Order: sequence, then structure tokens, then C-alpha cells
Amino acid sequence: MAEHGQHSVQHAAAGEFDNMELVHPKTFLGKYVWSQDAKVIAIQYGVTAIAIGLVALVLSILMRLQLGFPNTFSLIDPASYLQYVTMHGMIMVVYLLTALFLGAFGNYLIPLMCGARDMAFPYLNMLSYWFYLAAVLILMASFFVPGGATGAGWTLYPPQAISPGTPGIDGGILLMFASLSVFIAGFTMGGLNYVVTVLQARTRGMTLMRLPLTIWGIFMATVMALLAFPALLVAILMMLCDMLLGTSFFMPEMLNLGEPSAHEGGSPLLYQHLFWFFGHPEVYIVALPAFGIVSDILATHARKNIFGYRMMVWAIIIIAVLSFVVWAHHMFISGMNPYFGFLFATTTLIIAVPTAIKVYNWVLTLWRGNIRMTVPMLFAIGFIFTFVNGGLSGLFLGNVTVDVPLADTYFVVGHFHMVMAVAPVLVVFGAIYHWYPKITGRMLDDTLGKIHFWVTFLGTYAIFYPMHFMGFAGVPRRYYGYGETSYIPDSMQALNAFMSVAAIIVALVQLVFFYNLVRSYFHGREAGPNPWQATTLEWQTEHTPPRHGNFGAELPVVYRWAYDYGVPGAKHDFLPQNMPPEAVEADDTVPGRRS
Amino acid sequence: MSMTVSLVFLAVLMAVFGGWLFSHSVGVRPWEAQAAGSGQRQGLGGGQLPAAATAPRVGLAVFLAVATSLFALTVSAYLMRQEMAHDWRPLAVPGLLWWNTACLVLGSVALQLAWQAARRDQLPRLWRGLLVGGGFTIAFILGQALAWWQLQSGGITLAANPANAFFFLLTALHAVHLLGGLFAWSRSLFRLQQGATPAAVRQSVELCALYWHFLLVVWGILFALLLMT
Amino acid sequence: MAMAIAVIVLAVGSVLFFFFSPWYLTPLASNWGAIDDTIQITLWVTGAVFLAVNLFLAYVIVRYRYNQRRRSQYDPENKSLELWLTGLTTLGIAGLLAPGLVVWAAFVSPPEDAHEVEVVGQQWHWSFRFPGEDGRFGSAHNRFIDEHNPFGLIDDPAGQDDILITAPHLLLPVDRPVKMVLRSKDVLHNVKVANFRAKMDMVPGQTSYFWFTPTELGEYEIVCAQLCGIAHFAMRGRVEVVEQATFDAWLDDQLTYAEIAARDPGNLEAGESRYTSCAACHGAEGQGNQALNAPKLAGLDAWYLERQLELFRSGARGTHEDDVLGQQMRPFASMLPDRQAIADVAAYIETLPERPLQATLDAGDPERGARRYRTCANCHGQQGQGIRATNGPRLAGMPDWYLERQLQNFRQGIRGRHREDPYGNQMIEMAQVLVDDRAVSDVVAYIATLPQPAMAVAAANARDGEE
Repeated sequence: MAEHGQHSVQHAAAGEFDNMELVHPKTFLGKYVWSQDAKVIAIQYGVTAIAIGLVALVLSILMRLQLGFPNTFSLIDPASYLQYVTMHGMIMVVYLLTALFLGAFGNYLIPLMCGARDMAFPYLNMLSYWFYLAAVLILMASFFVPGGATGAGWTLYPPQAISPGTPGIDGGILLMFASLSVFIAGFTMGGLNYVVTVLQARTRGMTLMRLPLTIWGIFMATVMALLAFPALLVAILMMLCDMLLGTSFFMPEMLNLGEPSAHEGGSPLLYQHLFWFFGHPEVYIVALPAFGIVSDILATHARKNIFGYRMMVWAIIIIAVLSFVVWAHHMFISGMNPYFGFLFATTTLIIAVPTAIKVYNWVLTLWRGNIRMTVPMLFAIGFIFTFVNGGLSGLFLGNVTVDVPLADTYFVVGHFHMVMAVAPVLVVFGAIYHWYPKITGRMLDDTLGKIHFWVTFLGTYAIFYPMHFMGFAGVPRRYYGYGETSYIPDSMQALNAFMSVAAIIVALVQLVFFYNLVRSYFHGREAGPNPWQATTLEWQTEHTPPRHGNFGAELPVVYRWAYDYGVPGAKHDFLPQNMPPEAVEADDTVPGRRS
Repeated sequence: MSMTVSLVFLAVLMAVFGGWLFSHSVGVRPWEAQAAGSGQRQGLGGGQLPAAATAPRVGLAVFLAVATSLFALTVSAYLMRQEMAHDWRPLAVPGLLWWNTACLVLGSVALQLAWQAARRDQLPRLWRGLLVGGGFTIAFILGQALAWWQLQSGGITLAANPANAFFFLLTALHAVHLLGGLFAWSRSLFRLQQGATPAAVRQSVELCALYWHFLLVVWGILFALLLMT
Repeated sequence: MAMAIAVIVLAVGSVLFFFFSPWYLTPLASNWGAIDDTIQITLWVTGAVFLAVNLFLAYVIVRYRYNQRRRSQYDPENKSLELWLTGLTTLGIAGLLAPGLVVWAAFVSPPEDAHEVEVVGQQWHWSFRFPGEDGRFGSAHNRFIDEHNPFGLIDDPAGQDDILITAPHLLLPVDRPVKMVLRSKDVLHNVKVANFRAKMDMVPGQTSYFWFTPTELGEYEIVCAQLCGIAHFAMRGRVEVVEQATFDAWLDDQLTYAEIAARDPGNLEAGESRYTSCAACHGAEGQGNQALNAPKLAGLDAWYLERQLELFRSGARGTHEDDVLGQQMRPFASMLPDRQAIADVAAYIETLPERPLQATLDAGDPERGARRYRTCANCHGQQGQGIRATNGPRLAGMPDWYLERQLQNFRQGIRGRHREDPYGNQMIEMAQVLVDDRAVSDVVAYIATLPQPAMAVAAANARDGEE
């Protein structure tokens, strides 16, 4: 670790890329609340997202209580259950994962890893967070209005989302629309920043092909989000008109619990097309940053260059592009023109190829590496395992025929939790263990981290793997209870109880994680500037934690890619990105020591 | 399928981006270290935007892409709903819209002149351009509101037919974007009022002008769509 | 090391779990063995990849664990390896996709000789329609749905002979392909029979379809597979696959649209004379008699009375061994000889004047009950007024002791379990929401506070008097 900083570093000439005016406030409020420093905004995003995520976690436990031990808790009636389902899904997908990966990690890492002082538009960036916070508060408010939060499922399909028979059709759904609109507006402000910063504010020498994969993942995810969220916005605006102004975009002639409605001719399928045009890219908006971050964690802790970097970059881009032409695989049995099935099954399975390549390259990165089993590495390997499982079950659901019996069963629930809940969350944890030393200057406790990892990893597998078998057996999802369904074996109830117990354990072990976060902040081991001996720029800052402006007097200049680990002939097993070729010390020990 | 409209837009966007990236990555061997400023592609040039692409300009370009996505998707929805339904009664587009269109064109032209004036440091022309541009834009929005009122009082209500509903939705979305533009416009005006030099507001006037041209093109497309269907 | 072991144990364990767990596809009862085959193919391919990737991963973790004296190998790319892997993956994917598309082509093309059944979904109930002798469905539209025309049939000659099945029980002949034409009255639904494999959403405002050939005689459960609101989980039905002859006989027994329309309405005079035998227990004005355990009848809708009398008469209600009071009702219901008699007496009861009731129980807390009642309100109405469309009878103004007993009966499966009592089945599911006796008392106490129509009338009269 001591070798850090010894090499002579050539800095970009002052002013060349460094023309950003930073607002340096003096007051506490200005520094930590109304801050325009991307790092502070990142932490604000992170704390808010995790707080709201905890609400969603509690909701999931309530659902599991009902499923595992039906008719035991008088708190949970069918309406509440559907509200839990809906809010859990929406919070986890949009307000937790999207905000955490793009708002928190994006804000923290993009300027640092690109070698920029801050985001391109700091004021807009601050505004983005406050919009996000408002969106979260509006969403929370919907629990407390008469009728409660909406229970339409996170997909908010019309007609039921705004028709009687569904909970929360008065205030709840309106607040959901409002919250999503505010979220989208706020995200657009943040997203503009992320994209422009990556495109425009990279430091000297940081070519596109030298960007760490974390940045590639976050960048492409942001591009996708910027293009996809408008679909959701249009859809909810139109539904709002249907609800309040009596238009019939989505609402057909129908009955509301026996009473004829005033609508005519609208098409519920139109909504589904718009929703999934957003909804499917959303999956990758969550997945791509995870892909990127996990690549960097693997490379750093395996002391090995990422395998097939160019392939990895292009795979991210191809996945991003293809994910816009697969949306209707969510609608194979929606009653749409069945001939679309041929097209969308094909595009969907094609997307499996670049995804598989990414998995191979992760494993091949470990291959012939020198793997340090640190806590971030544990989470990264946990991610690979979980993602392989979830990716493969996607091949069932993407293949139109196989989807028919499995759609709307617990197979789907198991699949998407593996692939876009557990897998990204494992990356989130890995990333927090990885970057916490830079954010706070202290290491997280290893033992607590390992306890957290093992219980989370094994526990989530115990929850979600069996769900696939419930799906095979045809157990439908979004059911409050199964009563006496003739084809569902009684043993399924025992399985449900088991899954619920596992879920409670996993939820509880998160307390260990939070304890670790707080304790280590005060008592953790001093981390030093570069505890993992990593190459990327955020580890080469003058101060740890980095100050406002990130780098010292001058911005770093980049000479190499982010993956110079174990470079033959070099004395140290890693070469920071800003180390000039002439500063690399030659390996003076016995030649041929490398294996 | 009507989603094609949005897909074509995305395809073009992605093709441009992919092509740009490709031109900067083909033949590049990322693992080779190189001194900065060595003049090779891996050095300074690799994917760095040209100097003219300042952050605000890039920001505007990205925002325009987002707005295009929004309008393209709404147009897709329009065409899809029209295709799916049997209750579509085309709307007789009010003649007033032609006048409104003329206003928006003039507004766009005036802002273009304002931008030019700002570049040449001509304060009076800048004032004139900004005021005339904003005035025509406000006239456009009022004209749209008048058209709404005409339709509404003529019994062509929002809820009566999906064609009407889409007319209101599309014009409202477009007007909201213009109002956002007017907010930026009023800020430039305010800064001028406070004594800012033309050079100081050049950037924001330029962004306004570009944004107005974009919204003019969007309006042109929406108007054509309304006329044709 | 621990990680490698965990990966191996989980990977191998997952595969073993697949082979040895008792949970797998429900037994197939249709022609869609091909769908199962595609699942099998996918399982084999993905299982192999799953094992290969993870076992390799475990090997790598062990083999290349950290060693301070070693360095990782620096190899940025390996073109040929990457090409090989891409090629193999593409092949594997194509191998999965091709059979999928072939089967899908069959799935979307119903055979020429398929007969048609229309399935109508509504919150939270299934009904069915057969095209009748002319083999054509009459046109229908949600706009035309009302109490007397629950299918929304338009005045169309082709619709006159359509056979309407309002109960959620369907019979299908074995080994004959059937095209299910799907329609919804309100929100999205999805008609699913796990054993048939095929399913499809039903979307209001349009029709959708799927087809299959039932191949195994037997009885299968229909569930709803698309979230449709609060009672989504209780939207059940039954399909029986029978021999052609049984099917024909059953279909002959069902009424056509024209026949239902031609039925006589209940005759009040005939009903009044039939009611005399009821009056002994239920009171001359249907006011009920708690001492005799006879509930109030006045204020109930004829359609509900008819249904319950049918159930008693056919033995679908009042036959459970623990339902002593229900058993008492059966002989009286059996005195009604036919449907017309039932219609008469039900029509008469509907005309009886309604008088408000005093609460007899005071154990429950109406405020807590209000929250419980929000589940009930979806079918029985916010004011407990009853909703015909959801088959939910009136609750407001009904005796609390009776409601409590019936809720307990539903919870314990004493009432509503019979297979010919679909709404009773549904109530069993819904009554489970009341987790204990206190919840039952609470909700009953709340229902007692709901405005009773007669009270509303009385209040209105009082107001008029004041003016």
C-alpha cells in the first residue's frame, strides 16, 4: 500500500480541463444539505434509497408472513397484501435500485473515476436529489391517504389500477402517479449530468476504451433510463387523463362492479406496450451498473485484468440496444396479436448471447488470477452464481412457448428476484464494502461482513430457488392465499413457511450490516488512500475521503486502462491509471516468478 | 406496428452513438499504456468531444433526445390507439392552428436573430430579438389555448373521442415544453435587465434558440400528424 | 475455499433438488405435451450450462486462490476463446428457440375442427357460452350488459340459441380440440387450468383465444392468473372433461339465451301462498325469529333467495353434518317443486316490508370491524347493500346473530364447501381473512351500524315531518 503515490505523476496543465467553477459553501447546511458536491449528493441519494428500501423490505416480510402462515395475522387482509405487493415492487425497482445505482453510485463514482472535479451541472444535480426526495415522500404519503396505497401491482395495469375492486383507487394511485412523475423529472436532471459528465468531462488520456466498466455500465444505464422513462411518463399521463378527465386512452367499455363505466374504446394493451417499453429497459437499467461494478470488483480483488474488455463494453452496448426491442416478451399471453410472439421470442433469446459472454468473461477474469477472498469478492462471486441462475431461468420465460405455462406463476417471481433483485443487491453490498474505505476513510469490519454475506447469499437462495418449483406446479402469483386449490399439493405450504422463515432471517441479518456501517464509521481500521491496491482514479486522490473537487491542485492524467493488474515486468502487481509508462518500476526479482 | 416510430428514433440515435464509439474503439488495444499527448488515438483524442461541444450544449443535445423520445412515444401511442380502435373520429383541425404555427415560426426566427446579435455583441438587437421571440411564443401558447376553448365550446370535448383526447394531450405536452423554454428565456431577459453583457447571456440565448427550433420541428411533425389523420 | 464449497454444494444441490423434490409440473391433461417437451429441453440445456459454469467457477476459486508469491496471468483478450464461447452459446440458444417457435406456431393456430367455447371473466367469477346449434356466437358487447342480459348479447339472431352457463362450471368433451374465446366484462383476467398448460389473458374491449384438446377425463380447477383486484385469489372455477355423450346430455340441459328470456317472472300470488309454510318460522312478514334460529328474509333480493333455495333443495347447502340448522331448512326447501315455485316465493319475499333490527350482540368493536369490512365491501357494497354483479347479497339490516353464525360456518367450512356452491366456495376463502372470533364479531358489529334502508326511509320521513 505504501507504494502508492511514489511514482511521479504528470498532471494536466491547470485550466486545460479544469475550468469548472465549484460552489464552496461555508455553512453546515450548505455543505451537507444543500450541497452541490456530487459525493455528498451521492450519499444523500444512498441514504434515502436505503431508507425507503427498508420500508420495502418490511413490506416483503409482511407478504411472506401471510404466505408462510396464512390467516394468522389480522393486520394483513387481501387489500393490504396487494398494497404490499405493489409498493414493494415499485420501491425496490425504481426508488431503491435505480436511485442507488445511478443516483448514489453514479454520483460518487462518475466524476472520480473519469477524473473530473464534479458533475457537469452541479446545481441541477442537487435539484435532482431534492426531486427524488420529494418523490419518495409523496410515495410514502400514499400509505396514509384514505383507501391507502395502490394495490394494482407494480405494473399498474389499467383498467384495474383505476377501477373499483382494487385497493387505493382514490388517493393511492394518484400519489403513485405524482411520485413517479416527480421521480422521472428528477432523474432526467441527474441523468443529463451523468451522461454529459462522461461524454464531456473526462480527464486527459481517459479515452472511451480506458473507462472502467463501472462507468460504462452506469453510463449506458443512464442513457437507457433517459430514453425509457418517457414511456412511463406518457403512460401515466394518459392513465391520469382516463381517470380524471374521462378520456378513453386505455379504458374500454366495461363494468365497475356491475355499474357501466363512461369509457369506450380504449385499449388496455396500449398501456402494456408503453409500460413495458419502459419496463424492460428498466431491468437493464438496474442490471448494467451491477455488471459494470462487479467487473471492477472482480478485477481488483482477483489482481487480474478484466478478460475481454472490448467484448465487455460492446456487450453492454448491445444489451442496451436490444433491450428496447424485447419488451413484448412480458406480454406473450396478454392477448396481443399472437404472431408478435415469434419476433419477440427471437429478439429476447438473442439478448442472452451478450449476457452469457459477460458471465464467461467474469469467470475468465478469475481464471489464472490471484484471488483475494475479501468481502467484496465474496459478494461478487455470489452475484455470479445468482445471476447465472436467474439468467438461465430467463431462457424459460423468454422462449414464448415455455412461457405459456410459467407466466404469472411463482417461476416468474423466482426468476426476476434472482436476476434483478438478489443479484444487483449483492453487487450493491459488494460495492459498499469495496468503496466504503474511500467514502469514509475506514474499513468495514471483515467478520461482520462475512456473516452478512453468508446469511444473505444462502438465505436469498433458499427463498427464491424453491419458487421456481412452485411455478412448475402452476402456483399463480399475487395470490393472497391458496385455500384449497386442488392441483397444489399440501406440501407446498411447508415450503412456503420455510421460505418465509428464510426471508425473516435474511432481513434480520441486514441489521448486522447497518451495525457494521455505523460502528466502522467511528471505530473502523484506518483505510489509507488505496487499501485494495486498485488502479482506478478514485483510489489515487490526494485526500481520503476526497474533498470537494475530488483531486488536488491538478487533475490526474491517464496513461493506461483500469485493469493493469499483474503486468509482466512491473515491480508492483498493479499500475494506477495515472502512472506514466516511464514511472513504472521494473521487476527486479527473480524472472519467471509469475505463474 | 406503430411502435416503429419510437424504434426508428432509437435506432438512429443508437446508430450515431455506436458509430461514434466504434470509430474510437476499432483497432484500439485498450491495455496498451501510452503517454498522454503522444498524438495517437489512444492519447488525447480517443473519444474526447470537440472543444465546441461545451457541457451546456451537450446537455441540451441529451435533453432534446429525451424530449424526442417522449414525443415519439406519444406519437406511437397515437398511431397505435388509432389502429386498435373502431371509435376513432378524426378531428377537424381548427384553422387557428395555422396562425399559431406562423407565430411559432416567427418566434423561432426572432430568437435565432437574438442569438446572432449576442454573438456580435449588439445589445439593442439582442433585446429586440428576445422580446419579439418571447412575444410570439406567448402568442402561440395563447393561440393554442384559444383553439382548445374553441373546440371545447364547439362540443369537441376531451372525453368525447380519442382523437380529441390525443389532440389535447399532444398540444399540452408541447406547450409545457415551451413554457419550460420560456422559463429559461425569462432568466436571460432578467440577467440582461440586471445589466449583463450580450456575451454573458450568449450561451443561454443560444440554448434557447436551439431549443425553440427543436420545438418548432416537433410542432411541425405533430401538426402534420393531426392534419393527415 | 468456503466459497468454492458453497458454489459446488449449491450448484449440485440445486440439480439434485430438481430430481428429488416432490414438486414439478402438474400432470398433463391436454395435447400440449409439446410445451412440456420444450420445458424439458430448456431444463437440460440450462442445467448443463448451470453446472458447467459453476463447477468451473468453483475450480477457479480453489486453483487461483491468493498466494502472495504469485502473480495473476496478464491476458487481456483471447480472441479464439471468445469466438468459440460466443459460437457455442449462439448454437445453444438457437437449439432452445427453434422448438419453441415451432410449438408456438401450433399454439396460435387452432385446428379447423375445433369447437368453440366463450369464457367470460368478471370480478370475480367465470361464465361460459356455447354457440348453440347454428355454431355461431351472437355478437355481444359490454355496453349491453345488465341484470337480465349478463352476457351483453346484442339483438342478433345468431345469439338466440347461444347456450349460457352462468355458473363457473364447464364441461368439455374429451379428445376434441376446443378453441377458447376469451372476453372480459371489467378488468384483465387470465383463464388458467394448470393441467392444460395453455392460458391467455382476457382483455375488456377485445377478444383473445387459445386452444387445446383435453386428453384426460377428470375434473380440473380453473384459476385466474392475472391480477384482477382484491378477490383475485378467490376467482375459481371448475372444468370437467367427460365423454362426448355425457357432454351432449349436459349441454342439452342448459338453457339458451332465448329460453332464459322467455322464462316467466316470479308470480306474487303463487309466491304468497307458498310462503305460508315459511311464515311459521321466518314470520308472516319475513321479519325472522331468533328463538327459532330463523333469519330475517325481508329486504333480501330475489336473486339471492332463489339461489339459496336452489342450494337447499339440491342439497348443496344444509347437508354438512355440523350444519344442524341448515339441515332443518332442507325439507322446507324441498317442498318447492320446481324453479318456478322458487321464483314465485322469492319474488313474494322481495315485496315484504322491511323493518329495522336491533343489534343483539355487543361483543364486537365496530371501529375495528370497519377495517375488516373493507374486504367485504368489494362484493357486498360499501353500505352492505349487496351487489348483483358480484353475487354479493345484502348484509345491511340482516340480523347480526345470523351473520355471525354464517361467517363462522364459512370459516369452518360448514357452509359453502359443496362443489355446486361456487359462491359459498368463494366465501370460505374470503372468510379466512377473519383470523379469529373477535374479527368476526367486529365485522358483524360494523355491519350492524350500516344504514338500513328502512331506517333511511324513516329518517327521511322524520325530516319531512319537521318541515
